[in-house]
Amino acid sequence: MGNAVVKIFGMPNITEAEVDPENNSIFLNGTQYHVNQLSLEPPVSGTIYGVLLNYQGAFHRYRKQMTHSPYNEPPKAPILYIKPINTLSGYRSPIPLPEDADELEVGAALGVVIGRTATKVKEEEAFQYVAGYTVVNDVAIPHENIYRPAIRERARDGFNPVGPWIIKKESIVDPDSLDIRVFVNGKLAQKNNTKNFIRPVARLLADITEFMTLYPGDVLLTGVPEQAPLVKAGDHVRIEIEGVGSLENTIVHEADYVKGAVR
Amino acid sequence: MKRARVAMNGTIYEAIEDNGFLQLNDQHKVTEKDVVWLPPVSPRTVFALGLNYADHAKELSFHAPTEPLVFLKGPNTIVGHRSETKRPPDVDFMHYECELAVVIGKMARNVKASEAYEYVLGYTVANDYAVRDYLENYYRPNLRVKNRDAFTPIGPWLVDKEDIPDPMNLVLRTYVNGALVQEGNTKDMIFTIPMLIEYLTSFMTLNYGDIILTGTPKGAVNVNVGDEVITEIEGIGRLINRII
Repeated sequence: MGNAVVKIFGMPNITEAEVDPENNSIFLNGTQYHVNQLSLEPPVSGTIYGVLLNYQGAFHRYRKQMTHSPYNEPPKAPILYIKPINTLSGYRSPIPLPEDADELEVGAALGVVIGRTATKVKEEEAFQYVAGYTVVNDVAIPHENIYRPAIRERARDGFNPVGPWIIKKESIVDPDSLDIRVFVNGKLAQKNNTKNFIRPVARLLADITEFMTLYPGDVLLTGVPEQAPLVKAGDHVRIEIEGVGSLENTIVHEADYVKGAVR
Repeated sequence: MKRARVAMNGTIYEAIEDNGFLQLNDQHKVTEKDVVWLPPVSPRTVFALGLNYADHAKELSFHAPTEPLVFLKGPNTIVGHRSETKRPPDVDFMHYECELAVVIGKMARNVKASEAYEYVLGYTVANDYAVRDYLENYYRPNLRVKNRDAFTPIGPWLVDKEDIPDPMNLVLRTYVNGALVQEGNTKDMIFTIPMLIEYLTSFMTLNYGDIILTGTPKGAVNVNVGDEVITEIEGIGRLINRII
């Protein structure tokens, strides 16, 4: 038993383990390992759904445009998108900077991992369907226009590192009040808190499962805060979410990208 | 060869079409009515194309796009032949979309259009329903319109690529309660199958079993509870769905 599940490279199954999110370490067979001593795979394998403009600051940045063409009116339902399987990668896997992009936007997102098949879930019962939480870097090529689905900008290979583990939901008292910090090359580049969600976790789950089923292992990315840091090849990114853990990855030129490689 | 995935007696089988019967992988022969039809491909990444037929783009008052309008679908939407799809109560316009679905056969990245068919496993028929009432202008077509549970029947068969010499010249037809309501030809696609594979693989990896729904011609009309909707593509199959 432990407070988290991890997927260690070479092991057939995900493993329960006791982890310490504050210093990113795992206890295995009584020994404490820093995650950098282990090879970790993404702890999830389901479908990954993102929510756009779920932070108040991110939403307000678009508010004026929302009453003009092509948007015409503010959104009613959560704005959702899918991060397909080719985007999935793990802790310390490199993130490729495509040749047609100058820089990438860091997407510091709390990932909600689904534990039970969830259809038409009531807001007050939503947490029964949650297995836990993880840290996700919902990488994107910066784009202002959000009228059409941003497949070219969001669905590139390796654009969705997840890890280092899934913290079980019992360890997180309130997912709607967690500090999120992004460090680029060791320097604080962004700070926000999930209390700034427009739709808190339970409300998102209710609104989304009203029309589409989420399955065990699916991940819901709860949004990216405003003023996302921009990064270039060579930059090291660490996303810390209070009580959940820290996800680290380095940006590399696409030509140097090998999926699963560790840098 | 035409291949299906079916369930019978608590087991999932692979089956091939044999003179109107289904031959299961344990060699038993059964009829189409003996089985529950599953999607012929277990869905993973599913792409869909908006406005990929000039006549349909015009019907929806859009100019034909200069770049493919691609969106993604989750596995929750995919159901098989003879499935049922729920029309939400209190909506005014839900329509079918008959589409040729291309199934990818091997990992593909930076594929040239001239070599694209090497990466195709086969084809099936898709009916990609939409509820227009829920359209919003953010990442449009938004998931509430296109990614509802059981909104994308596919099947009945996965037809081997080798059996379809020219997928870019196939007649598509939709019938609602037996009446022909939509008719087109895949030759009128704006972005052809090879162009779509070249486009997608120019910036991302396609994997075995990925599905590309290539868009629908004009003729979208509203459907109602109780309607039987048949989407049919020449040489590929006839996919039956019922609105509940």
